[in-house]
Amino acid sequence: MAASAIGCSRRWFRAGNFNFGNVAEPRCWKSLVLASTFFRSASKTAGKQNRDVPWAAVVGLEIHAQISSNSKLFSGSQVQFAAPPNSLVSFFDASLPGTLPVLNRRCVEAAVTTGLALNCTINKKSLFDRKHYFYADLQAGYQITQHRLPIAVNGSLPYSLCTGKNQNELVSKTVRVKQIQLEQDSGKSLHDDTGHQTLIDLNRAGVGLMEVVMEPDMCCGKEAAAAVRELQLILQALGSSQANMAEGQLRVDANISVHHPGQPYGVRTEVKNINSARFLAKAIDYEIQRQINELESGGTILNETRAFDYKLGCTIAMRDKEGKQDYRFMPEPNLPPLILYDAKSLPTHTSHLQVVNIDQLQEQLPDLPSVKRAKLVERYGIQPQHSFTLLNEDGLIEFFETVIAATQMNPKKVIGWILKDVLGYLKQYNVMVEESPISPLLLAELLNLLESGMISSSAAKQVLEIMWNGEGKSPTLIVKEKKLELIRDQNELEHICQAVMDGHQKEVEAIKKGNKKVLNKLIGEVQRETRGRSDPVSVKQILEKQLLLQPTKKNP
Amino acid sequence: MWALRVSSLARAAFCSRSGNSAGLSSVPPFQEDGRGRKKVTLELLDHLERLALVDFRNQEGVERLEKAIEFADQLLSINTDGVEPMDSVLEDRCLYLREDNVTEGNFAEELLKNANQTLEEYFIAPPGNIPLPKLEDRDTFLQKKKPSADMLPLTF
Repeated sequence: MAASAIGCSRRWFRAGNFNFGNVAEPRCWKSLVLASTFFRSASKTAGKQNRDVPWAAVVGLEIHAQISSNSKLFSGSQVQFAAPPNSLVSFFDASLPGTLPVLNRRCVEAAVTTGLALNCTINKKSLFDRKHYFYADLQAGYQITQHRLPIAVNGSLPYSLCTGKNQNELVSKTVRVKQIQLEQDSGKSLHDDTGHQTLIDLNRAGVGLMEVVMEPDMCCGKEAAAAVRELQLILQALGSSQANMAEGQLRVDANISVHHPGQPYGVRTEVKNINSARFLAKAIDYEIQRQINELESGGTILNETRAFDYKLGCTIAMRDKEGKQDYRFMPEPNLPPLILYDAKSLPTHTSHLQVVNIDQLQEQLPDLPSVKRAKLVERYGIQPQHSFTLLNEDGLIEFFETVIAATQMNPKKVIGWILKDVLGYLKQYNVMVEESPISPLLLAELLNLLESGMISSSAAKQVLEIMWNGEGKSPTLIVKEKKLELIRDQNELEHICQAVMDGHQKEVEAIKKGNKKVLNKLIGEVQRETRGRSDPVSVKQILEKQLLLQPTKKNP
Repeated sequence: MWALRVSSLARAAFCSRSGNSAGLSSVPPFQEDGRGRKKVTLELLDHLERLALVDFRNQEGVERLEKAIEFADQLLSINTDGVEPMDSVLEDRCLYLREDNVTEGNFAEELLKNANQTLEEYFIAPPGNIPLPKLEDRDTFLQKKKPSADMLPLTF
């Protein structure tokens, strides 16, 4: 799969062996230098045909975020995930005749807050429209949305990616946000293939959505995934959406096309309903590679809607979306324009309950993820990429800060223990931070034992392992029970060192002949002998002293 | 000339302002019969059935559709030159904002009374948006319609 190894320096190539199962992991983000070298050698060997000319991919996203509110966008029924079917449905949600929409103030504020956080211009006047399509879970036959004049426009979403060999270089990027529109969610259909029928649950019908439309500023799955992750963190920080993909609160559609650099954009396809963070990058990269292969084998790309099949790892044309749909947009006659105010234009004779004040919402914006990261870097002196990892895991910042507050250890050292060791265990066993068997206070206690020289770092790792598997025993107790304290007794240490030297005459001779590196091996032997209970620095001193004292022996 | 005008008006009435319906761009959705009345083309009927999953069933159903369109077409005779279109007669009013409180719900049983078919607490619908088969493979009266003197020639 050499060909796909150079995804995202905006150069894509035809995949050598196109394999449906595992194409989708192009290791993006090799350095630009490497990519262009590859390009040159490839074009040299390519010869007459236009093959192996690099491709550039263009990715745009439309993201539906469910607004976190008590009640629905236009009705007073409850918003709740996984409630009994059709229990959260008002007459309006079921579009019974004579019902009318009444706009939820909270949903408007959520959209304005999100718009502000995404650097948008908030439209002081926005309009609602009907978008018609026929589907059993859309009772009215139309969705109320904002087609002509959405609530927020012209924003931007800065995000960062880890690149480089060890994923430790941060690259900053920005994607433009075209608009944010308020709209209704649809109900849910459960397809019963055997019974040849569809079961309809309207609990979700009418829940408020923010559709965030992004400009096609991304070029691969990894970029799109990073942008979506940043948006998710922003929405969660604002509280405007819980943005949990598994519960469908954040749903991503991707528009994808490929072209040769310098030429016009290609025909795009839309990959619908990517509902898993894990498969987002995969689905997009699969589709890019599929289009390239299609074009290079002389085919054409149809402007069609495709779905990503998680099991097969590929995208499939959706038959029911064939052809361009005609939504017959029309103004929603039951809703006058939505007017927002700022400090200057506040009306005097209107109840404050009827006024959404943009300036006030701006003032109330909480710290966004980018600000939180900058604060972490500044306050604790940690690496920027570590601040990303801290923010990416739910609850990890709180964990980190609790540890910091309870330990004398330098935060720069603490972060290593948390990100490498604790997070390593959490990931390995797929455990959430808040369910970690190693509590922040116990970890702090362990780090204090280490910092005060009670135990060595390798003993600390042993204790950590016991803590992970253990029943909440304190590290001090574990150290005592397992006798992991550093050997303080100088005589005992000297004795052990002497024994190790006696057992490793060859190494001792080598050191005496000037190969100082072999000393490390002896230190390691002492560590093994003491099961990590010796301090490498004092062991080194003792060994050096003893080497000087010891007369050179002849080999037997 | 007249036929062209009729088709463009009809399209304006029946399709979005932004453009043509899928698959209809090359075929006028209406044609005129001998007596100056518009007839819906087979293509349009097929498209509507496909979109709405509604079966027009018989010639009577089609005639009712044609009459409805004819009725709506009266709107086109109104002169709106220089008149700014309105969204609604309420467009100068304030949009009332509701507090985010739960005030409705928990009447699944009552709602489901309206439904023809239910299963547990679900509505039952025909299989959703599984596209209709091609006209030739479908058991519909459109299929059986034979072109006759006052019917349109089939233009597939």
